[in-house]
Amino acid sequence: MATDQALHGLDNLEVGPGAGRGVSSGRAARKTWAATWPKLLAVLLVLAVWQVVHLSGWKKLVLKGPGTVLPDLWQMAHHALIWQAIGVTMQRAALGYVLALIFGTVIGMLVARIPPLRAALGSIITGLQTMPSIAWYPFAIILFTAGTDAILFVMIMGGAPAIANGLITGVDYTPPILLRAGRTMGLRGLTLYRYLVLPASLPAYMAGLKQGWAFAWRSLIAGELIVSIIGPPGLGVLLNTDESNLDFAGTTSVIIVLLLIGIVVDMIFTKADLAVRRRRGLLDPAAAT
Amino acid sequence: MRVGNDRVTPPPRSAGASALSEPMLAGQAGLANQAGRAGERNIAVELAEVSKAYGTGASRLLALDGVSLTVADGEFVCIIGASGCGKSTLLNLVAGLDKPTGGQVDTGGRRVGLMFQEPALFPWLTAGRNVELALRARGVPRTPRREQTRELLETVRLSGFADKRPHELSGGMRQRVAMARALALDADVLLMDEPFGALDAMTRDLLHEELERICAERTLTVLFVTHNVREAARLGDRVIVLSSRPGRVIAEYEVPRHGPRRIDSTEVAQMAGQLTDRLREEMGRHGN
Repeated sequence: MATDQALHGLDNLEVGPGAGRGVSSGRAARKTWAATWPKLLAVLLVLAVWQVVHLSGWKKLVLKGPGTVLPDLWQMAHHALIWQAIGVTMQRAALGYVLALIFGTVIGMLVARIPPLRAALGSIITGLQTMPSIAWYPFAIILFTAGTDAILFVMIMGGAPAIANGLITGVDYTPPILLRAGRTMGLRGLTLYRYLVLPASLPAYMAGLKQGWAFAWRSLIAGELIVSIIGPPGLGVLLNTDESNLDFAGTTSVIIVLLLIGIVVDMIFTKADLAVRRRRGLLDPAAAT
Repeated sequence: MRVGNDRVTPPPRSAGASALSEPMLAGQAGLANQAGRAGERNIAVELAEVSKAYGTGASRLLALDGVSLTVADGEFVCIIGASGCGKSTLLNLVAGLDKPTGGQVDTGGRRVGLMFQEPALFPWLTAGRNVELALRARGVPRTPRREQTRELLETVRLSGFADKRPHELSGGMRQRVAMARALALDADVLLMDEPFGALDAMTRDLLHEELERICAERTLTVLFVTHNVREAARLGDRVIVLSSRPGRVIAEYEVPRHGPRRIDSTEVAQMAGQLTDRLREEMGRHGN
C-alpha cells in the first residue's frame, strides 16, 4: 500500500541510521584522553603553584612543599590507619546519607502532596537548607551527648532539606500536559504518583540528592572535628590530631584524601545524572557523544 | 438563539448529490435536523447548552456559552474556530477532566481518549512502555498487555520502534505513539486537540490517511479540533464553527463524501474556502 510505504520511508529518513552506536576502541581511547588531560594539567598547575609558594619562603617554618607532603601521603597509604579512618567515615557517611534520604524523601513527598503541609513547612525547609549545619552541633550534643548519634542527627538536618526541596521542585515542575495525559489514561491518586509524578520528578530529585550529599558530607566532617568519639578515628579525627601535633604534611594529606573522596562521589552522581538525562533526551547530542 | 448567529445546517447526508452541500440559513430547522440525526444513529456525545466560565467577579472569563451539539456513533466531527473559542475547554469537558459551569455533557458511559498537539509521551519510557502504561492503567493483566502493545504499535505502523525513547523518534512518529496510547484505552470516542498542528504538511497528509484507516477499522467516533480549515474539510463528516470569546456554535457544515478525499482536491478546497470566509467574518467582529 502506498501510504504504508511512504510512511515507513519517512520514518526511516527521520530517525536516520543508528549514529554513534558502534564507537571504535581507538575513538574511545581518544575520548578518554580528551577528558583526562585537562584534569592532569590542573593537578600539575596546583602542584607547581604550591612548589613556587614553598620556594618563596612564605611561612617557611610550617609550610612544606609537595616534595615533603606527597611522600608523606604515600607513606600514609601504606598504613592501616588511614584506610581504617576512611572506612569509619564512609560508614557514617552512608548511614547518615541514607537516613537523610529517607527523611528528605518522605517529608518532600508529604509536603508536595498536602497543601496545608506545604503552607506550614515549605519555607521552613528552605530556611533549614540555608542554615549552616555546624550550628546544630551544640544542640545535637546537648540532645544526644557527644557521639555518632549527634553526627547523624546533624547530617540529617543538613542533607534532608535539600533532598526534600529537590523532590518538591520536581513535583511542581511536572509538565501539566503530562498530568493531563495521565488523567486521561485514568491514573489517579497514588498510581498517578507512582507512574507519572515521581518518574517525572527524577531529574530535580537527583539534583536534590547530589546537593543533599554535599551538605551531609560537610556536616559529617565538621562533626568528626568537633565531637570527640570513643572508638576508631574517622578522617575528621585524624585532621584534629594532626592539627594538635602541628603536622602540616599529615593535615594536608588528609585534606587531599577528603578532596579525592569528594571528587569520586561527585563523579558517581554526575554519571547517574547524565544517564537519566540521556534517557530522556535532555542532553545536547553534540555535547553528549 | 441569538440574532446574527446564522446556524447553518446541512441537508441530510443521504441526499448529498451535489459536490458541496450549500449551507442554508436555519432557525428551528437546525434543531429539528439534529434531532432527526439522533434518531438515525445512536448519539455518542451530547452537549446540551454547555457553558464554562473561569474565575469570578471582574476577572470572570466565559470560555463557552450555551454550546449544544451531538455527535453520532462512528461520526467524524471537526470543530474549528479562531483563537479564544474555547476548543480545548470543550474537549476537556467531554473528556471529563473538567466540569461545566452550566448545561450537560453526556457520553453515555463511553470510554473517551484524548490526544493533544504535543504527543505528551512520558520521556522516561520507551514507545512500547508508554503504550503499555495506558493498558496497565486500565487494569489489563501483564501477559495480554505485551501482546496488545505489539498490536497497537502495529496499528500505527511502528512495529520496529517499541524500544525507542520518545526523543529518538520524529514528531510524526511520536504523535502515532500517542495515538496508539489513546487507542490502548479502548476508547469509543477519540478527542483530538489539534493533533497534527505541529507537523510538516507531508507528514500530516500521511497521518490523515492513517487516521481515516484506523477510524474505519475500529469504528471510532472522533471529535477533532483544529484551526486548519483544509484539515477540517479533508477529515470531517461534519464541521462545526465556533465563535470566539465566548465560544458558541455559529455554523455547521455537512461535508459530503464521495470516496477517498485528498487535501488538494477541489471539493476540499471549496469547503475550506467557505469555512475561511465564515471564520474571517467572525474574526472581523472582534476587530472594532
